[in-house]
Amino acid sequence: MRPSYISWFLFIVTQQRKAVALISGGLDSLLAARVVMEQGVHVEGINFFTGFCVEGHTHAIRKQDKLRPKRNNALWSAEQLGIKLHIIDIIDEYKDVVINPKHGYGANLNPCLDCKIFMVGKAREWIEENGFDFIITGEVIGQRPMSQRKDTMPVVARDSGAEDRLVRPLCARNLPATYPENEGWLQRDKLYAFNGRSRKPQMALAKQFGFEDYAQPAGGCCFLTDKQYSVKLSDLWSTRGKREYDLDDIMMLKVGRHLRPRPNFKIIVGREEGENRFMEGYRKRFTHMLSTSHTGPLVLLDGENVGKDDLELAARLTARFGQGRDAELVTVEVHDKGVKQTMDVVPMPTEQIPADWYL
Amino acid sequence: MSATVIDARNLLCPLPVIRTQDGVADLQPGVLVEVLCTDPGVVHDIPAWCRMWGHEVCNIDEQEHEIIITLRIGNQD
Repeated sequence: MRPSYISWFLFIVTQQRKAVALISGGLDSLLAARVVMEQGVHVEGINFFTGFCVEGHTHAIRKQDKLRPKRNNALWSAEQLGIKLHIIDIIDEYKDVVINPKHGYGANLNPCLDCKIFMVGKAREWIEENGFDFIITGEVIGQRPMSQRKDTMPVVARDSGAEDRLVRPLCARNLPATYPENEGWLQRDKLYAFNGRSRKPQMALAKQFGFEDYAQPAGGCCFLTDKQYSVKLSDLWSTRGKREYDLDDIMMLKVGRHLRPRPNFKIIVGREEGENRFMEGYRKRFTHMLSTSHTGPLVLLDGENVGKDDLELAARLTARFGQGRDAELVTVEVHDKGVKQTMDVVPMPTEQIPADWYL
Repeated sequence: MSATVIDARNLLCPLPVIRTQDGVADLQPGVLVEVLCTDPGVVHDIPAWCRMWGHEVCNIDEQEHEIIITLRIGNQD
């Protein structure tokens, strides 16, 4: 062979392959990336922010949750792996997945299969733009009822356009060989054949790799799998008469106690100092009220055609959730459309608040 | 040298990191950036993100309702 052919041959056989791993912050994606790194592949992480992601910080809005680590688990995972992480805002594009899922919802408003297809599809676009060779996910057959079944895994690969460039290192040996395996970039016998809901194999592998501190296995990573959250989102859509949302809408569904006393409005009651402080950032957007005679929560009012009766009812509820709940009268300051007014109201007795007002 | 300011106030994790990531993408090494935040989680996340990408955290100023993180852009490769 002439020298130029030799160097080209050497380039081909020695070129380090590059993969992007979908990093959720959970154990499976951490392990999947690490398994591929073990085979000498250059791995970078990608994390998609949908707006519905459950994160330590979202919990940390509430002061009582301050024992939870205030960290982004995807960033933390990437640091453990020693890889770069690209965090990508997909809030707007993701709306269509939530609102019109082709494969339907799971037990709540969770469009898991469409979500996985969408994210792998975005990762495919990313590797094409950035010159990477394949995609890694931490999926395990049988682990999730919707998106991680033997019959839906090929659907994700096909509908995302990733096809055989999608590698699931934790269950790869239960699936047909992928392009990186066929090309010899990955040795199949060094991939795994995990199956089912048991977390023991993952925990054993984590131990083998020396990962001791990781996010709770099988923990939900999306608010859309949460029943109460889904009820609040359904309420938002039905009262607005259209299935739309913006980021502020979905953030507000994560905080406070939500009550809908009348069809035309609901109130959001801060449950403690951390939530009150967070909600203060939304005072310009919402009518809001606060007891001034007693300590109490910040209350935001979200509604349309809100009249004096509605404001008075909201003020009575505001009084109920404050320290003045047993007082004869509570003074509530109401800020409505830039106008401040003061109301002296009788706190609404707890037993007069119908259970179905709570969302 | 005046710093480039990124306003990430009233945003929850990971949006302050995303705003920072996108805001510094075209900046030259050595440029100072101030990120204004309210989410207490940023004191962990932005330094973690900086370590990953080779940026230097120069200062973290935690005020009562606001956190200002000053960072110096590294060689972004």
